Amino acid sequence: MKILIAVTEVAEVEDDFEIDGLAVADQYLDYDLNEWDDYAIEAGVQLQEVGEEVEVVSVTVGPERSEETIRMGLAKGVDRAIRVWDDALEGEGQLGVETKADILAAVAEDEDPDLVLTGVQSNDDAFGATGVSLADEIGFEWAAVVNDLDLEPGDDVASVHRELEGGVEELTDVELPAVLTIQTGINEPRYASLRGIRQAQSKEIAPKDLADIGLDASVTESPITLTQLYEPETESDATVFEGSPDEEADQLADLLRDKGVVEG
Amino acid sequence: MTVLAIAEHRRGDLRDVSFELATAGRELADATDGDLHLAVIGGAVEEFADRLDREGVDVVHTIDEGEEFNHDVYTQAVAALYDEVEPDTLLMPNSVNGLDYAPAVANRLSLPLVTDAIDIESDGVLSVTREKYGSKVETVVEVDANRAAVTVRPGEWPPAEGTNGAEIQEFDAEIDESTVHSTVTGFQEVGGGDVDISEADVLVSVGRGIEEEENIALVEALADTLDATLSSSRPIVDNGWLPKNRQVGQSGKVVTPDVYIAIGISGAVQHVAGMKGAETIVAINTDPNAPIYDLADYGVVDDLFDVVPALIEAFGGEPPEV
Repeated sequence: MKILIAVTEVAEVEDDFEIDGLAVADQYLDYDLNEWDDYAIEAGVQLQEVGEEVEVVSVTVGPERSEETIRMGLAKGVDRAIRVWDDALEGEGQLGVETKADILAAVAEDEDPDLVLTGVQSNDDAFGATGVSLADEIGFEWAAVVNDLDLEPGDDVASVHRELEGGVEELTDVELPAVLTIQTGINEPRYASLRGIRQAQSKEIAPKDLADIGLDASVTESPITLTQLYEPETESDATVFEGSPDEEADQLADLLRDKGVVEG
Repeated sequence: MTVLAIAEHRRGDLRDVSFELATAGRELADATDGDLHLAVIGGAVEEFADRLDREGVDVVHTIDEGEEFNHDVYTQAVAALYDEVEPDTLLMPNSVNGLDYAPAVANRLSLPLVTDAIDIESDGVLSVTREKYGSKVETVVEVDANRAAVTVRPGEWPPAEGTNGAEIQEFDAEIDESTVHSTVTGFQEVGGGDVDISEADVLVSVGRGIEEEENIALVEALADTLDATLSSSRPIVDNGWLPKNRQVGQSGKVVTPDVYIAIGISGAVQHVAGMKGAETIVAINTDPNAPIYDLADYGVVDDLFDVVPALIEAFGGEPPEV
């Protein structure tokens, strides 16, 4: 069985930041493994631990910088990684859903996995659409927002729970091959062990450009253009208590007494 | 501009986002004096169609396929109806189920897709406003295409009301059952347990700012002092620090207490969806720009590890060491 996991490096913005044109200025960005993908990696590695001959491969669309993030997955048990980048993708900023799905589809068609796992969304762009778009592109079945997975390597059907709104889960059987988008909380992502981190150094990260996967620069063409990026105007009309923590606590305590939360 | 919007229902009832989509769709159609078509797929379609006949809706299409949501069916049905109606813009809910079929529909129809819209405008070119970096910035994207698909964030538009005498049309989507490869086998309520946070008058709610599991004891002590109920945002439950029945938010419980004290909670949209109905909201968070302050009535912009112990002491309690 082969499992392909789409892993994204995301940018997180510090509390205080400045905007430079149509982007947050780079010095206010920290790069990290996408939170949802961490759970997808764990789901893949757990399947690998259950079954014999399960290969787990990660794929990332990202510049060389993202290799640090990719190695986190390798240190947690991913067998090998593919990193796709190309001059044509430089400066694109936000890649559209279609572009990402096309690139991942080309890799998936090359790797021929039985199962593809992705995070539900990335915590920077939060489009939440790549996994399902990819599934349709490659003709796989899919399930979005999976927070429970019952699958043994070799099974033809995955039984999943999809986390709906309002504390309700949908129970669904999905025929393989399939793409599952993984929700946080489905498992407990492991920390990379020192041994894992050492082993990750010798695992393969195969760099590929668009030509390597049979695509060209036209894959980046998109009718969607970013035209504005700005800090939203604060709508806060909250009464803010001020002073030392003790003074703030006293004011808050008075409020809670006034509201009848605490008597006296 | 012709707009086609897809309603959502679950377990026999239309979801609120269906009526919000009608409002968003009408605004967009108005920009070019166009028509608004709504569609409802599966379930009690005729009854749903009557309820979807709200102000501004020109046509409601009913597609009588199955009882509940199935993305294989929805994808085929929406794509088929799209070919029939030929709308300029296709609107779908940015719900869990919406995100389970909208990307497939867009891919199948080669439509540019923009998700999680909080505003949509058109002056010939479609402009969609959405958030990025966990609500820290807003972006506007323009879609330079004649046709597009957009998913709409629930709760951003008021629900359409009244009635309009919309035309109700049955549509036969001719679903190819051989391409349906997923089966919904049931639903399950989660949470349970002995505490129902939706019944609480006062909630002390803890978020990611608490940093470590052992620090939960601090917030628990405050809840005890105030005789309040302890709840949390999603990351606390994901980490296994509190059970699922304590989670407030879109995928957890919707709560409406008299007082909601949000401690170390930034106010992500999914959390806000669960607690914005609280009568009085108090936030304790070091970041004055955190979205929770857009909603809060009272705020303490300071370190919770200083403020919460002081608050416990203000009521004569003794804070635990953390």
